Amino acid sequence: MAFTAPLENDGVNTSPHVADEVKTTTCYMCACRCGIKVHLQNGQVRYIQGNRDHPVNKGILCGKGAAGIMQHYSPARLRKPLKRVGERGASEYAEIEWDEALSIATGWLSNIRATDPKKLAFFTGRDQSQSLTGWWANQFGTPNYAAHGGFCSVNMATAGIYTIGGSFWEFGEPDWDHTKYFMMFGVAEDHDSNPIKIGLGKLKARGAKFVSVNPAQTGYSAIADEWVGLRPGTDGLFVMAIIHELLQSGSVDLDYLVRYTNAPWLVIQAPGTADDGMIARDPQGNPLCWDQKTKTPINALLAEVAPVLRGNFDVNGKRAVPAFELMAQRYLDNAYAPDAVAERCGIPAATIKRIAAEVAHVAFQQQIELPIAWTDWAGRKHDKIIGRPVAMHAMRGISAHTNGFHTCRAIHLLQMLLGSVDVPGGFRYKPPYPRPIPPGPKPAGKKGATPNQPLGGMPLGFVTAPEDLLLDGQGKPIRIDKAYSWDHPIASHGLMHMVISNAVNGDPYPIDTLFMYMANMAWNSSMNTRGTIDMLTAKNTDGSYKIPHIIYSDAYFSETVAYADLILPDTTYLERWDCISLLDRPISDADAAGDAIRQPVIAPDRDVRAFQTVLLDLGARLKLPGMVDEDGDPKFPGGYPDYIVNHERAPGIGPLAGWRGDGTAQGHGAPNAAQLDNYIENGCFWRGEIPHDARYMKMANASYLAWSKQMGFIPKAEQIVLQIYSEPLQKFRNAARGHGPVQPPDKDRARIETYFDPLPMWYAPFEEAAIDPQQFPLHALTQRPMHHYHSWGSQNAWLRQITSQNRLFMNRTTATAQNIADDDWVWITSHAGRVKAQVRLVDGVNKDTVWTWNAIGKRKGSWALNPNAPESTRAFLLNHVISERLPNSQQSNSDPITGQAAWFDVRVRVERAADHEQNDAGHNFGALYPPPGVTTGPDVLQYGAQFSEAAE
Amino acid sequence: MNPALSVIFFTTASGAGYGMLVTLGLYAAVGRLPNDLWFALTAMVVSLGLITAGLLSSTFHLGHPERAWRAFSQWRTSWLSREGIMAIATYVPALLFGLAWAFPTYVPLPQSLLGILSAVFALGTIYTTAMIYRSLKPIHQWHNKHVVPSYLMLGVMTGAMLVLALTTLFGERTAFLTPVCGILFAAGLTVKWLYWSFIDTSAGASTPTSAVGLSGPNVKVTSVEWPHTEANYVLKEMGFQVARKHAARLRHVAIWAGFLLPAVALEASILLPAMAPLLLMPATVLMAIGIIAERWLFFAQAKHTVTLYYGSSSA
Amino acid sequence: MTSLPATTDKKLGLVIDLDTCVGCQACVTNCKEWNTGGLMAPLTDLKSYGAEADGVWFNRVHTYEVTGHEACGASASRTMHFPRSCLHCETPECVTVCPTGASYKRTTDGIVLVNEDLCIGCKLCSWACPYGAREFDVFEGVMKKCTLCVDRIYNENLAEEDRVPACVLTCPTSARHFGDLGDPNSDVSKLVASRGGVDLMPELGYKPTNKYLPPRARKDSAAARPTPELKPITADGFLGWVDKLLSR
Ligand SMILES: Nc1nc2c(c(=O)[nH]1)N[C@H]1C(S)=C(S)[C@@H](COP(=O)(O)OP(=O)(O)OC[C@H]3O[C@@H](n4cnc5c(=O)[nH]c(N)nc54)[C@H](O)[C@@H]3O)O[C@H]1N2
Ligand SMILES: Nc1nc2c(c(=O)[nH]1)N[C@H]1C(S)=C(S)[C@@H](COP(=O)(O)OP(=O)(O)OC[C@H]3O[C@@H](n4cnc5c(=O)[nH]c(N)nc54)[C@H](O)[C@@H]3O)O[C@H]1N2
Ligand code: SF4
Ligand code: SF4
Ligand code: SF4
Ligand code: SF4
Ligand code: SF4
Ligand SMILES: [Mo]
Repeated sequence: MAFTAPLENDGVNTSPHVADEVKTTTCYMCACRCGIKVHLQNGQVRYIQGNRDHPVNKGILCGKGAAGIMQHYSPARLRKPLKRVGERGASEYAEIEWDEALSIATGWLSNIRATDPKKLAFFTGRDQSQSLTGWWANQFGTPNYAAHGGFCSVNMATAGIYTIGGSFWEFGEPDWDHTKYFMMFGVAEDHDSNPIKIGLGKLKARGAKFVSVNPAQTGYSAIADEWVGLRPGTDGLFVMAIIHELLQSGSVDLDYLVRYTNAPWLVIQAPGTADDGMIARDPQGNPLCWDQKTKTPINALLAEVAPVLRGNFDVNGKRAVPAFELMAQRYLDNAYAPDAVAERCGIPAATIKRIAAEVAHVAFQQQIELPIAWTDWAGRKHDKIIGRPVAMHAMRGISAHTNGFHTCRAIHLLQMLLGSVDVPGGFRYKPPYPRPIPPGPKPAGKKGATPNQPLGGMPLGFVTAPEDLLLDGQGKPIRIDKAYSWDHPIASHGLMHMVISNAVNGDPYPIDTLFMYMANMAWNSSMNTRGTIDMLTAKNTDGSYKIPHIIYSDAYFSETVAYADLILPDTTYLERWDCISLLDRPISDADAAGDAIRQPVIAPDRDVRAFQTVLLDLGARLKLPGMVDEDGDPKFPGGYPDYIVNHERAPGIGPLAGWRGDGTAQGHGAPNAAQLDNYIENGCFWRGEIPHDARYMKMANASYLAWSKQMGFIPKAEQIVLQIYSEPLQKFRNAARGHGPVQPPDKDRARIETYFDPLPMWYAPFEEAAIDPQQFPLHALTQRPMHHYHSWGSQNAWLRQITSQNRLFMNRTTATAQNIADDDWVWITSHAGRVKAQVRLVDGVNKDTVWTWNAIGKRKGSWALNPNAPESTRAFLLNHVISERLPNSQQSNSDPITGQAAWFDVRVRVERAADHEQNDAGHNFGALYPPPGVTTGPDVLQYGAQFSEAAE
Repeated sequence: MNPALSVIFFTTASGAGYGMLVTLGLYAAVGRLPNDLWFALTAMVVSLGLITAGLLSSTFHLGHPERAWRAFSQWRTSWLSREGIMAIATYVPALLFGLAWAFPTYVPLPQSLLGILSAVFALGTIYTTAMIYRSLKPIHQWHNKHVVPSYLMLGVMTGAMLVLALTTLFGERTAFLTPVCGILFAAGLTVKWLYWSFIDTSAGASTPTSAVGLSGPNVKVTSVEWPHTEANYVLKEMGFQVARKHAARLRHVAIWAGFLLPAVALEASILLPAMAPLLLMPATVLMAIGIIAERWLFFAQAKHTVTLYYGSSSA
Repeated sequence: MTSLPATTDKKLGLVIDLDTCVGCQACVTNCKEWNTGGLMAPLTDLKSYGAEADGVWFNRVHTYEVTGHEACGASASRTMHFPRSCLHCETPECVTVCPTGASYKRTTDGIVLVNEDLCIGCKLCSWACPYGAREFDVFEGVMKKCTLCVDRIYNENLAEEDRVPACVLTCPTSARHFGDLGDPNSDVSKLVASRGGVDLMPELGYKPTNKYLPPRARKDSAAARPTPELKPITADGFLGWVDKLLSR
């Protein structure tokens, strides 16, 4: 209900003209994929508003989204292709025409493709076109492709996908409308930032309890009903202690466990043999359980069995025990009792016990029932769905530690024990999840790279056993980042953080061209920034660069631009077509599948081109399969929009799922020439609702499984059994114990055997274990500021006014004990380096932890900022003290299973800087200078003045 | 509060100018104005000059000085508006008074009546100026009963001293004004002293907790992050902070230069009349320095409630 | 006219829920983008890309730590985000001190506005506002402030559901509410009543229209959220409780 304008007679125009035209598109001030309505006046952006109909943001916008105007008109925008003319990093560039740029790139790349395609390392950062870029790498023939997932949250993705067939990250969501108890682990902002905020608002309005487990009490934690400020890296212990309490008191959902998880599956106990720890199976390969009625081992996938969860059985002459019992035995051990873990977690045992009791109470005494009739996978009809209204969500606070994979699995285990996965009030999958565990396909490239041949599949995939690893004849890594090698066997997203370092060390081999897109690797997305800059400029004795060619696409003058040889300037998000695809990171929610597009709402005023179109153009010039037709002419002459509409990954499956075929087909269907228009008419997104009876219990809901298969998300409409016990992990462990055709080298055996535990385990983060805790007593973390996106925000005249300096937040008591006062400048020292920062003392942080806002510090001169901008005089980047390798080791600073970069493992000491150093951050990185056409933005900015004049 | 030089100059200069008017007006009222054309012209030019220069300077800090005339419209509610009107209105009796005094033959108007009128208007103007500050509730150091007396006292004191200096220069010194000035210095210091002890021993009712709407006996609110990492208008204008040590030192300057040393010089000039010009000229300059320091402190030590939002523990 | 209306027909204003605000700054930048092209356009930014950047904003979000309040629960402290904008006071002296009549309070809806064409830029109103809600545009030489989005809330060029202040429209957690606080039956009035909404610095007597809902007590202790303790089941031996007839 709106108010009508009163007769005030004060001359105020209460109904000014707002827009000549309103165009919908998708925000890209971050990867959250919100729908926006761009109000245009005289071809300029008057106002950006959230799209109320959009499933992601439902009309709201975050602090960044509403500052899109300043991003779009940023002075740091690149204007024309550039060629490096001086030394790398010397800021000497020449503007060139697109034709020249594309010929240079084609020259380098065709040479590589004709000789050894893996000499191209193609790595993309924060983009949303991984299904295109991965496909391109495949057609090019290099296995050396990944996006940023390896340094981002691969632990969450992999642990989830291998455990429950779906994951946190943005691939699942709490049932915000029904949950009564929400536990959030290590989240500051997430990729689902607006949905999380909307959800928290709902919890607050309903009075549901919100527990935030996080060493820092900021943002979301500030409004939590309970803040659990534990010591970083100890969540696994905390969760396992809760599990201990639940098991001890019998507070687990046994019915759920036998129906939906592999808890009853029998695990062979035959130490010393290749079968040890493997699931007992029938000759058809079906897992077995012990049937209580027939007292025999029976196919555990059958519906009509009565499986036991405990006991010791003889299965074909081998001893076997239900997975549940193995699990329970582990966590019932007193080593996992709250009293045993309390000190390490920094949380009183009584608190852990109380939270366990609360969780159990809500799950089992306050269960909810939704009157939704549904049919399970076995065809049995149910007239209601029982909900255990405890929901959980976790992200990089769990992920970015070397023990993150197991910790994340522990959280999923806790969810399964409570019976709260995809039930009302619990965690809910978003399509295309859940998918089979593990899902296909496996990573391509086992044969390495063949000249002038495609790779034969997508470079990234899911391994199921040692046989799937990408190893050469000597057992050495095939990939430059050593993903899917014994270093990081289940590195589902690759290891972008190791590419530069490995390439420069020639280990496993040197490369010819590093091709990057949208990743600021010379600054905030590299560990060891200084070292990375040195590596990017490192030369052989003959004076040539160790990485001979670097091609980079950025839209702005980031630090990395200065280190590239060839720069392909991209458009801004308001100037291009994009596709937020179900093949990549779609906009689905728990009730619907969805995808979206970005349409150009403003024409570029510079000589820039959308990177995806450039990539397709390059592909056509290189005559890559799928990018040229039979005559060798470009297959997508219309560039990316042409591809979005007409490319088919498999017959009938393309980048967009909506309005296929004759315009009515969803998921499957022939390309539809009017598809983009259909999207635009619908606000630039498509949302295909899941049938009403299919919205919960998706892993076992016949209706959902059929729908999912029909949409092309899963190959077969079969139940997806959640895995409390992970057999794939055990396969790696057995290989380490000397079984099977593919075994780790001796140096890696112990490591693989230890960490490939089929049940969630806890160990101290590697850096913590390697350093002297007296010397480096504190954990150092970063958090995303809600109003900045990595390094993008600082070029934004509005966002940088909010934050242009980051402080080091330190516990008041800890600081005072060291005579550090508020506003003092301090040195932060780790085993890898040191950096200066100004402190802010607070109570709301774990006493052993310091933290700062991520990516506020900038290299002097970059981003079209004045060299004296606080971003490069008083701000700092914590990455300067984070190393990509473990202390005194060549091993990467990553999770041993997934290769996830362990940003949050860093340990530091903090000391007050000397009196004469008490003024600024004192960076000693030299200044960068902007390329031609880019100048520092204006001193006086009066954006908007033009509209008020127009309005008068 | 930001001690803007234009405003400091305005209040001190105009204050002194109005103070001179008061002094001269009262002189006229008691019929003891020296009938000396040059003295009259000089005294009136200095007085009205100070007033005018101050007023002009005060318009310098306006965003739109060319619209200054609009400021006369809101006399019903605005002390600033009233001050503007009073300031302009005062020119009428003051100019007439000056003309009547300097050119009694050409302008045969009642000097004493005009003198009284001028004095009243001048006092009224100082009063409205003071009330601008006095009425601002968010600033405890201004919103108190000491502000109006201080402004009035200091205006009259500085004005009287200037008149005394002029009479001395022109050899028109009367035995009467010197002791009056002495009394004014004592009174000025007293009101100022009362003001200072008031602001030193009291704080505004608002607190960091009331600023954010929290209440409770043990509630404490600490600022962790500002909405902007660099200073903004509000902080530059109202978040000015003066170091305690610096303030104490300046207060000494104000007390000694503004009151005590001039008073000593007055004493001395009574004892050594021959030395009077030599004593009173530097004393006037000292007083000016002292009063500027006093006025600087009046702004610098004033804490606006908005600072409570930025981590200040009191305002 | 700087004389205040004795009463206003409506008391339009905001209600801000400090228990829900996560400090995301969405209201801050949305306010900026709307208003820099709105009634008070532009909200000038100075030194936009240099040191000491400084611009005009109508809404600012602070972060505090609070101790000794029930909202802290069992923790020593609680972090509290605090959005600050014009409260559209009922008896605002920012209006009465204005010498030109540029500042005024509308009699119909109670919105406090500045008429930029009348403003001489004397800044007095910003001194008179206890809440720091007025920001001077140094470049334009006039005072600017939150308009309660008077150019949105009645705007017939906008869809009806969009006729709310930009900051309210965008708030992701719904911590901001807009309505007529003069009508005891309005949603906002009821919210204020049920949650014990408060005035900021009531002691100054400006009678803010906007209300703040204080953070609620945390439920992080046994006392605050009584739940039966978990008791170990030992009766049937190790995991004996698992032995029941289960079916898939
Ligand atoms: N200390 C610390 N470091 C971290 C993290 C941490 O938590 N702590 N987090 C890590 C994680 S999870 C991530 S994902 C990385 C992110 O780090 P990066 O991937 O480096 O992310 P950004 O800095 O956002 O941006 C990358 C580049 O994309 C460019 N860009 C922006 N828009 C466009 C566009 O439209 N087109 C093109 N071509 N380029 C564009 C930007 O200008 C920028 O140079 O940081 C990592 N680094
Ligand atoms: N506004 C904004 N949004 C973003 C981004 C951005 O830059 N800005 N980046 C996007 C990207 S690339 C990513 S990957 C996501 C990441 O989103 P988040 O997962 O929210 O990432 P972080 O900000 O790194 O927050 C990690 C949180 O974990 C906490 N933490 C650290 N160590 C531990 C621990 O051991 N245990 C627990 N329980 N907590 C811990 C930190 O205090 C912090 O609050 O955000 C995305 N969204
Ligand atoms: S969360 Fe914010 S920045 Fe990210 S897409 Fe949504 S509105 Fe844009
Ligand atoms: S908050 Fe300040 S500017 Fe707004 S009405 Fe009240 S006193 Fe005036
Ligand atoms: S700055 Fe403008 S609005 Fe404020 S008091 Fe002065 S004239 Fe009035
Ligand atoms: S009501 Fe409008 S002008 Fe006021 S703070 Fe909100 S968005 Fe800004
Ligand atoms: S938008 Fe809402 S949650 Fe975000 S800072 Fe503003 S009031 Fe708080
Ligand atoms: Mo990330």
